[in-house]
Amino acid sequence: MAKNSKVKKSDSIDWDYSVALESTDHISISQEYKLFIGGKFVKPLSKKYFNSINPSNEKILSKIASAGKADVNKAVLAAKSAYDTIWSKMDNAERGKYLYRIARLIQEKSRELAVIESLDGGKPIRESRDIDIPLAAAHFFYYAGWADKLDYAFPGSKVSSIGVAGQIIPWNFPLLMAAWKIAPALATGNTVVLKPAESTPLTALKLAEIIQESDLPPGVVNIITGDGATGELLVNNPNVDKIAFTGSTEVGKMIIKSIANSKKKYSLELGGKAANIICEDASIDQAVEGIINSIFFNQGHVCCAGSRLYVQESVSSQIISKLKNRMDHLILGDPLDKNTDIGAINSNEQLKKINMYLDIGKKEGGDFYQSNHTIPKKGYWCAPTLFTDTSQSHRIVQEEIFGPVLAIQTFRTIDEVIDKANNTPYGLSGGIWTDKGSKIFQVSKKMRAGVIWANTFNKFDPASPFGGYKESGIHREGGLEGLAPYVNFDNRTL
Amino acid sequence: MTKKLHIKKTYKLYIDGKFCRTESGRYMQWISPKNNQTINFCRASRKDFRNAVQVSRSAFNKWNSFSGYNRGQILYRIAEMLDSRKEQFISELILQGKSKKLSKEEVEMSIDRLVYYAGWSDKYQQIFSRVNPVSTPYYNFSYPEPTGVVSIISPKDSHLLGFISVIAPAIVGGNTVVVLAPEDNPLCAISFSEVLHSSDVPSGVINILSGLSNELIDHFSSHMDVNAIINCGVDSKDAELIVKNSSLNVKRVFDYRSINWTNPDSQDPYLIMDCQEIKTTWHPIGY
Amino acid sequence: MVYNTTIDQVGCKERVDRIFSRSIKKESKIWALNTVLSMIDLTTLEGRDSSGKVKQLCYKAAHLHDKHPGLPKVAAICVYPSMVAIAKKSLERTNIKTASVATGFPSGMTNLNSKIEEVKFVVEEGAEEVDMVISRGHFLSGELNYVSDEIAKVKTACGRAKLKVILETGELCTLDNVRKASELAMHSGADFIKTSTGKISESATPVVVLTMLEAIRDYFNNTGKKIGMKPAGGIGKSKLAIQYLVMVRETLGNDWLTPDLFRFGASSLANDVLMQIVKQDQGNYQSSNYFSLD
Repeated sequence: MAKNSKVKKSDSIDWDYSVALESTDHISISQEYKLFIGGKFVKPLSKKYFNSINPSNEKILSKIASAGKADVNKAVLAAKSAYDTIWSKMDNAERGKYLYRIARLIQEKSRELAVIESLDGGKPIRESRDIDIPLAAAHFFYYAGWADKLDYAFPGSKVSSIGVAGQIIPWNFPLLMAAWKIAPALATGNTVVLKPAESTPLTALKLAEIIQESDLPPGVVNIITGDGATGELLVNNPNVDKIAFTGSTEVGKMIIKSIANSKKKYSLELGGKAANIICEDASIDQAVEGIINSIFFNQGHVCCAGSRLYVQESVSSQIISKLKNRMDHLILGDPLDKNTDIGAINSNEQLKKINMYLDIGKKEGGDFYQSNHTIPKKGYWCAPTLFTDTSQSHRIVQEEIFGPVLAIQTFRTIDEVIDKANNTPYGLSGGIWTDKGSKIFQVSKKMRAGVIWANTFNKFDPASPFGGYKESGIHREGGLEGLAPYVNFDNRTL
Repeated sequence: MTKKLHIKKTYKLYIDGKFCRTESGRYMQWISPKNNQTINFCRASRKDFRNAVQVSRSAFNKWNSFSGYNRGQILYRIAEMLDSRKEQFISELILQGKSKKLSKEEVEMSIDRLVYYAGWSDKYQQIFSRVNPVSTPYYNFSYPEPTGVVSIISPKDSHLLGFISVIAPAIVGGNTVVVLAPEDNPLCAISFSEVLHSSDVPSGVINILSGLSNELIDHFSSHMDVNAIINCGVDSKDAELIVKNSSLNVKRVFDYRSINWTNPDSQDPYLIMDCQEIKTTWHPIGY
Repeated sequence: MVYNTTIDQVGCKERVDRIFSRSIKKESKIWALNTVLSMIDLTTLEGRDSSGKVKQLCYKAAHLHDKHPGLPKVAAICVYPSMVAIAKKSLERTNIKTASVATGFPSGMTNLNSKIEEVKFVVEEGAEEVDMVISRGHFLSGELNYVSDEIAKVKTACGRAKLKVILETGELCTLDNVRKASELAMHSGADFIKTSTGKISESATPVVVLTMLEAIRDYFNNTGKKIGMKPAGGIGKSKLAIQYLVMVRETLGNDWLTPDLFRFGASSLANDVLMQIVKQDQGNYQSSNYFSLD
């Protein structure tokens, strides 16, 4: 195994990192996945399947069952039966113990889950390994503890479970979104039918295997794969008591309409166009890193991304030049390379949408900058992009792009920028960067958004509630507030 | 076939994550009511207690800086380890004179109690913190913080469950503890240190001494660097001494003698709050 | 001179964590290991140093591991003033520089005149590099002009020798102070800014190093002058040293990846790097028994 290690003598130094691929020889992905209903993997009555592909090289990873109307009904009835006969009758503390087991199993299998997440969705292995998977386990741990403590959660109120929760999740944080949905639902005594996103079903299916391994009673969690039509069937199924949806505002509005004449409860986590405000008295280098975190990591596929940057004019050229320099050091490429910062765009569909906005942005006249990367031949890719000198009326400033595209505006006074920050139908999140504490609290008070990050961005924790104002959604996930959407209050009529 | 001779366990003190004998070299002999087996436990001295408090104090800064999530993970791990040694603890309770059925119940309840408190580690702060609506333009928030080093006198009649039930809320809240094992039946308490040792609990967070309460009460309650004392097991005369001594440094005193640890109501987040101080911070709101 | 740059400690740590998650393997690792070796200031600063000890260290510096041909030499030897002449003589047929601490190292708690005399002495003895300490007491009580003047006077006394200014960041406590001290040192004439004396328990930490590198970058953007950086103390493992190279590259760019602009103040690092180099070559993990101590 001897290798040459002569010292290279070069006049100009050009140190590039060699590719450092995460190994995949220890993971297992089945060639085909069926539907997970009643504790077992069963063939779809629809007889239909679709392919899940790797967006970084367009290769097929697996064949996935597509649930039709009869399949959705079967899953919902399995959930209902499990609720009626076992889950609602179980001792609270015992329910919690199942969630602890699932959390532990996720921890034990964390590397395999991280690799599969990156293969299926395109996000860099470093992100799935260091953020997605640990947070998913943490959500199960957090909510496990609530199962037998609900009497303390709502002062003056005792609560009880609702029944069957139909849950639809997106493709940007597949396993984490599954954890955000399943953990609080189970902790509060409900059973679940979960529909993962069409382009990223694999980690949810691995979670189904984990659920089997945890001995969770059959039917408590059912996972049915499929596309938007499957989701619609789930929303409209008469035996679903509660809907939880994370996805686009457009679809969220359709859901509200379709369940209008039912008694179904619903919670929605929709789109956003967050304002990230940098004042002249911010710690500048950390603010620049915050911008990178807010819009370029996870390829900008984040509902709470800081996609509108407002920089106080006195520091704007300094910030923009540091930002460009930082962007130039980002590494775009194979999601399984441990050094990759920017992975693949999740699907061809999403890439087309992003490119459409890049064209609109150029036509609208903002100054355009993209960092220089070698784009792989196969797969879906978008280099980190800036539009500077934009204004509130630009479409790329108003509409959610869901890609690594940042629109930058300058501002003069704090009043001016708060108004602009709030001037949007969205209200999911916002950021404020300043060294002055009182300014943080004032801005936090005035910004109409559900999550305010001060001197940081895109931070998540199972103990911290997350959710939006206005068209960014209804209700919260995480923390104590995350329990409320999954319970009925015994002494209140609604 | 020669019958194999049983290698008897030595029951030591557990201080700073290490098993050590009492510096005084003394012992107290215990005889099993079940089979007259004898065990020589360490008879801890005031110097052992002093050393335990010192390490407890240094461990406090570290333990306090662990996130609630981390502390919960560790408590859950203690439950895992106790569950894997169920049989050992059942047989020790039997040796202490309990029936097999009640021993099994006690061990199972003890495991569940650890899981219960593990679940509070990152939640009690949410229940017991507040943002206070003061009438001036200030952001004002109140938050619980651990009181520090807590000395504990174990329950007399609940040798595993009661013992665990008083330690868990104190440490889940970020405190470090020095515990005097039940004087008449110290087996489970001392064996519990083996469980702790395999559970990722940082050294010095939990220190367990076996000894005579009449020798040690005075020191447990008068040490100036102990912040709180929990009395679960001494009688009224000594209880009065505890309160008097606590006045020396305004130690917080808690009397848990009347708690029935087998009652599900005895597990309670307010027990966590007993060893917490409330801190309130003000900050202006404005440009 | 107004120093008003603030550093958010949590944000700084986050950037450090991202940098440290880089995985440097294969050719890039081999290049890095060799580069680290070439950047080491092999150091002995003990009260019990003697001519014998220094001679042995100098020999090691020039013969790190002769069994493995083609290795680079370390950048410099760093010693106390009374050992400079011996070091200089021992290194005479090599390109390895002789660096000396001066100005009342490590505390700096003596009068200005004796500090200047000490600098002149070591330069006369042949030191090509001078590592001075700033007056932390004056710095922390706000007497920035005093600190700045002191550095400028020492720089003058250095003549053609290069001046490294030790900030003793472990005593400065906050990253804001580290930033302030870095800017002050550069404006006052430092050729290198250095973290620590290695004589107190806290030496170079990743957030401190990043803060100093960012200060150097901003100074370069404002003035066009390239200042060097030297983390010292607490760097015993190759992995950490390579992570610092990543930090340099991503903050300052490839231009700074040279011993002219970046050094490691270390003693046991060299052998760890050697073990890694041999492991990369032979494929198996090494033992310290096979690498000479100095």
